[in-house]
Amino acid sequence: MDLSMLWYLVPSIIMFVCGIYGFMTRKNLIAILISLELMLNSADLNFVIFNRYLFPGSMEGMIFTLFAVALAAAETAIAIAIIINIYRAVGNTDINDVKQMRF
Amino acid sequence: MDSVGNIIVYFAIAIALVIFSIKAVTAKKILRAATYLLFVLIGTAIFYFQLGYQFLGAVQIAVYAGGIMVLFVFAILLTNKPNEQDTEGKNRRKIWGFLVSAASCVLLLFAVFYMPLIHGASLVECLSASNMITMHDIGEAFTGGEKFQYLLPFEAISVLLLACIIGGVTIARKD
Repeated sequence: MDLSMLWYLVPSIIMFVCGIYGFMTRKNLIAILISLELMLNSADLNFVIFNRYLFPGSMEGMIFTLFAVALAAAETAIAIAIIINIYRAVGNTDINDVKQMRF
Repeated sequence: MDSVGNIIVYFAIAIALVIFSIKAVTAKKILRAATYLLFVLIGTAIFYFQLGYQFLGAVQIAVYAGGIMVLFVFAILLTNKPNEQDTEGKNRRKIWGFLVSAASCVLLLFAVFYMPLIHGASLVECLSASNMITMHDIGEAFTGGEKFQYLLPFEAISVLLLACIIGGVTIARKD
């Protein structure tokens, strides 16, 4: 039995779809951020899989994933700062209670 | 032909990834969802190790599972009461979410299974010794300005992280 490219792509697809579902149904801002991380993680995994199977001699997919991980860290830090600020202004982190851009 | 150990590891991690991603978006308690996300990230790191990217797997564990998860736990504990459950969304929203995700799942699976790029190479064939990436290669790729070298994006990331620190402090500061 061979572990071909498809075997790795299918869990990645399921991860991405779970991210979409959580992004659309969750109401807590942090839960939405968690779904976003799931989607980002699945995209990173795809870069690496395509790099390994289609271009095994180069490493550009891995470099791109390294940059994406750094970007994800920066994005999460800023998003959590904004969520904490919203919590101070509104009192909870429910998206239905966030109605203004500026408090 | 891949080794039996590789296949067993693949199945264990793939099943864990699927279960924990579903639980991460359906768990009622938000802290539980963050814990399931941590398991998903560690499973992805094991996939990276299996695919032969040891440095990337180490970075994934150190930055994602170490750094980002701590941020998440801090934020959850600062903004939620312990044991508070995520309020149930409207049923209509759930149906829409399920429909959209099921449709995109079918579409993506269709696209992947009919992709002309797929050839039957196995993992062992792609993981030959000449393809292994050494630390030396990664270091050279990050510190040069030639073709396939990434000094400028590397420096741009450091400026971005500085901007991110300043932005985070400014936004979250009490005034």
